[in-house]
Amino acid sequence: MSTGHVLLGLLSERPKHGYELKKEHDQRLPGAKPLAYGQVYATLQRLERGGLTEVAGTAQEGGPERTVHAITEAGRAELDRWLAEIEAPAPYVASPLFARVVVATLAGGTAEEYLLRQRAAHLTRMRELTARKASGSPAQVLAADYALQHLDADLRWIETALERHTVLKGETDA
Amino acid sequence: MLEARTLRKSFGRTTALDGASVEIGEGEVVAVTGPSGSGKSTLLHCLAGIIRPEAGEVLFAGRRLDTLDEDARTRLRRENFGVVFQFGELVPELTAEENVVLPLLFGGRGRRESLEAARSWLERLDVADCAGQRPAELSGGQLQRVAVARALAAEPRVIFADEPTGALDSLAGERVMGELVGAARESRATLVVVTHDNRVAAYADREIALRDGRVVAGATAATGGTADGTPGEAAAGASAAGGVSR
Repeated sequence: MSTGHVLLGLLSERPKHGYELKKEHDQRLPGAKPLAYGQVYATLQRLERGGLTEVAGTAQEGGPERTVHAITEAGRAELDRWLAEIEAPAPYVASPLFARVVVATLAGGTAEEYLLRQRAAHLTRMRELTARKASGSPAQVLAADYALQHLDADLRWIETALERHTVLKGETDA
Repeated sequence: MLEARTLRKSFGRTTALDGASVEIGEGEVVAVTGPSGSGKSTLLHCLAGIIRPEAGEVLFAGRRLDTLDEDARTRLRRENFGVVFQFGELVPELTAEENVVLPLLFGGRGRRESLEAARSWLERLDVADCAGQRPAELSGGQLQRVAVARALAAEPRVIFADEPTGALDSLAGERVMGELVGAARESRATLVVVTHDNRVAAYADREIALRDGRVVAGATAATGGTADGTPGEAAAGASAAGGVSR
């Protein structure tokens, strides 16, 4: 329940209302998928049911009245527990890139042409991210670093796959 | 501005270039990529006039480079090209400042003018504090920034960089690339970077991809970056990158 933990983290600073949480989530985790309002409210409900947050009153700044949520003692304990954990290294290869290469070979075709096009698309995205880093906030730079290094890992896998492909072709030709 | 036509070059029985052709425009920042042994360094050395191809033509500003004799090529290189190598290749007996000054003096600039240019470039690359130190006393990142200062101080029209971040960690490399690309764009110099690192290639407007001594993608600006030759996509990335750094 990663979204819940991010909201708990944002609430650990001070009590906030749902709209504020959505805005801060998107600002502090640039590059992450923006939170939908529905998801914010559903998550807050779940946190409240679990006793991790509680309603701390309402706020009205010109607009509609908004419910303010606060983190509880149990919520802080849960946040600490979560922060002390590690993310388990992914047990499966779940990349659609991998699936496409395997399927291309199954279908009797060659994955080479696909790999070269994918490589070009990845590199174009890396150029955009590299340019963005030059003027980004610290959080944006971190997000761009993360994305760049993962794209780079994909690219290196693509290069290895291309090399292996040449080797495999050489074997079947001989 | 810089062009290679069907270059061939072998070292013994190893074919390094097997009909490689590229066109590089003025002020472009290009990355030459490819697996080990694909001929990327050899292509750079041919374009920079450091070695001569066995067949094919190299043109700089419309002039044949490969047919010039050794002296004429050296002069042309000194006046128009700057080079940054993987390990800096600074003169170990000289201080950082002297390393930057020396090529300027060779190029016919006065002593005072050379010293001023060297100091301002060392300052700009944030290695002014190291001016009096010898290469052995500098970190890898400092060495490369001095090497970049040396390459840029002569205000070359083309800068060639061969794996300029190859010996550096990720953040030191990022800094060197940022400075190198930023300075090249500011002075409207053409920059040709040979690299096997995709994150370095991502600083460039275009990727020239080599495989087995041939250019397989990005031979001209119109085809840059897209392996299937679809124009436009890479050019859009290029202008975005250029827009931010200016």
